[in-house]
Amino acid sequence: MNKQMLTGNVAAAWGARLAGIDYLPAFPISPQTEIIETVAEWIDTGAMDASMTTMDSEHSMLTAAGGAAATGVRVFTATSSQGLLYGMEMIYALVGWRVPLVLVNVSRGLAAPITLEPDHNDVLAARDSGFLQLHCSTCQEVLDSILMAYRLAEDRRVRLPVLVNLDGFYLSYTREPVIIPDLEEARQFVGPYDPGTVRFAAQAPVSEAVAVLGGESYSYFRYEVQMAQAQALAVYGEIAAEFAACFGREQARIDAYRAEDAEYLFLMIGSFATKAMDAVDQLREAGWKIGLLRPRLLRPFPEQDLRQLAAGKKGMAVIDQNLSFGRGGILHTEVTSSLYGQSGAPSVIASFVGGLGGRDIAAEEFYQIAQDLRQACVRGIQPPMRLLYTAAELTAMRNLQAIANVPAPERKP
Amino acid sequence: MKITDSAFKKPKDLPGLHILSAGTSICAGCGGLQAIHEILDILGPKTVTVNAAGCMSLLSVYPFTPFSGSWLYTAMASAPAGAQGVRDALDRLLATKKIAADEDMQVVVLSGDGSATGIGLSATSGAIDRRLDFIYICYDNEGYGNTGQQSSGGTPHGARTTTSRGEQGYCGHKKDLFSIWKANHPAYLATVSGAEPLDLARKIEKARAIKGPSLIIAFSPCPTGWHFPPQESIEIGRLAVRTGVWPLKEYEDGKVVHTKIPAGRLPVTEYLQKQGRFAHLFHPGNAYLIKEMQADVDAYWDCVEKSAATGR
Repeated sequence: MNKQMLTGNVAAAWGARLAGIDYLPAFPISPQTEIIETVAEWIDTGAMDASMTTMDSEHSMLTAAGGAAATGVRVFTATSSQGLLYGMEMIYALVGWRVPLVLVNVSRGLAAPITLEPDHNDVLAARDSGFLQLHCSTCQEVLDSILMAYRLAEDRRVRLPVLVNLDGFYLSYTREPVIIPDLEEARQFVGPYDPGTVRFAAQAPVSEAVAVLGGESYSYFRYEVQMAQAQALAVYGEIAAEFAACFGREQARIDAYRAEDAEYLFLMIGSFATKAMDAVDQLREAGWKIGLLRPRLLRPFPEQDLRQLAAGKKGMAVIDQNLSFGRGGILHTEVTSSLYGQSGAPSVIASFVGGLGGRDIAAEEFYQIAQDLRQACVRGIQPPMRLLYTAAELTAMRNLQAIANVPAPERKP
Repeated sequence: MKITDSAFKKPKDLPGLHILSAGTSICAGCGGLQAIHEILDILGPKTVTVNAAGCMSLLSVYPFTPFSGSWLYTAMASAPAGAQGVRDALDRLLATKKIAADEDMQVVVLSGDGSATGIGLSATSGAIDRRLDFIYICYDNEGYGNTGQQSSGGTPHGARTTTSRGEQGYCGHKKDLFSIWKANHPAYLATVSGAEPLDLARKIEKARAIKGPSLIIAFSPCPTGWHFPPQESIEIGRLAVRTGVWPLKEYEDGKVVHTKIPAGRLPVTEYLQKQGRFAHLFHPGNAYLIKEMQADVDAYWDCVEKSAATGR
């Protein structure tokens, strides 16, 4: 078994290498750059047989990615944060092109203010694009998800691009033990590239992404994407079962940790969910019946799995590492709308927002969240959203503001 | 390539049939479409046309296409990047023997001047930097034609547009796209006009033969945006050349050559008076604008003649 200490970025590069990609259009952006540097080095040294082109922007990069996939090759690309937003026009367009490429996003908070550390407002800005979304919490999962993503994207019942998300710094630059699958086994699992019906050829010309006139044709093509997304839920299940049989690792649509006998649940995505797992262990030792749900698949959203896993629980705390200004945590609205009116659904689904721009969520905060949740369940009242911020953080912020010459706020009497 | 090496020595040598089929939704008298017809006739059917948002995006509307080759609509800013992906994928398919050499295709970008001079300039420059083997066709109708002729980077000084309705028209100056692209050192670069089909054919023949980025700027008289009757489109194309307003030229091996130097240039008023977008220039008080235009054209050709005389 080939087990190495890899950063999330290098694990992503290994995913691309093992999947047998043909083509990588690239544009550098922190904290994603190590992925393209790693693949570039492998191509230069002959360790990997693929072609790579450095583009002039993420918008161009994604256009090239789509153009190549529509011509009939397996395409991989990666970006982060501002880059994802800069290319957003093409994120939406590539879905309509029905090109089965894989895009890795390394999450990073969005400007302004400009920052490097992660939260999920970047990837969630692509939520409604039609890209499928897989969210990783470990470096191993990054590699595994990319292999599975190609199967999912290229499946004839799906034929949509897939976004694999990992958190900047917490995964991108953090080394973890990663089992690197055998090349032959990985290639066998992923299979040869199937261009499907989308392929430019001299003998059989096709027109791609043409204009439509009128809402009837437009609606038809948009509904087709919705149906493909719906089918992807079952397809993912098949692929995950095959993956587990081949490589021995379970990658369910929703990862349930100590949830079976739990009365209370945390719900999170991404690397910070591993912090929640530690908190679950500590709370369990203190006598709590608590667990964690971590959706891996965010698009399509595994609604049925969530309903089953949440049934019979007293309460759930959704911790969002994002903020939809004027509304609140995005996952919270997804979860509550999925559980609304379901028999046995938790009566309290509390909303917490934290971890923006890489801000830590400390163990004590998880304990506080659990206590708030239990109290709300006792009272039977849905609590208002809470924005996590400690008194110590506020004091530190006030010190920075003093240096920035910001007048101290007036104290309430 | 010398003219004597060209397959197109006289008008009779030009292809007799258009390969782009009729019945598109493009406006009557569109000079851009005429140039595209003539260009595709030379390029043949083995093409992938990568399109940027503009008038010609309406050539392919589901489920119809007039092209005998393939088509990919991208976005307004990134058609050259789409061409990069298609070309790279074709090269990969050739290298891995997934397609035979005779299944290869010519990758063509089709954009208007709005995309070429503005929103798509960065992607084009990137494609030239990377020595992308493609042909870029810019149909220059001197404004955002598809949305009703607002001023673009390609709009000439003084022209009325739907965003320059004042008495002096557009106050900016037409961006010198030829010089901008030339500074990026493409393999080949030329201006053409559909009204000069022989000159156009020779240039497209060259562009096709040369490996690397070849860029073509096609003069595209626009009846609806420039305000003239559709049947005058060719005449306006001819006048643009004969007045010296639209120089026909090409760039290769570091040198610019004018392929048709108009002898006894007609005054620019011959060209201007045919078009509604310039009608206000003939109002009292605007004579200075016409004078300036004439002076600009004269200065341009003085410079051309001088450099021809000194060999620089």
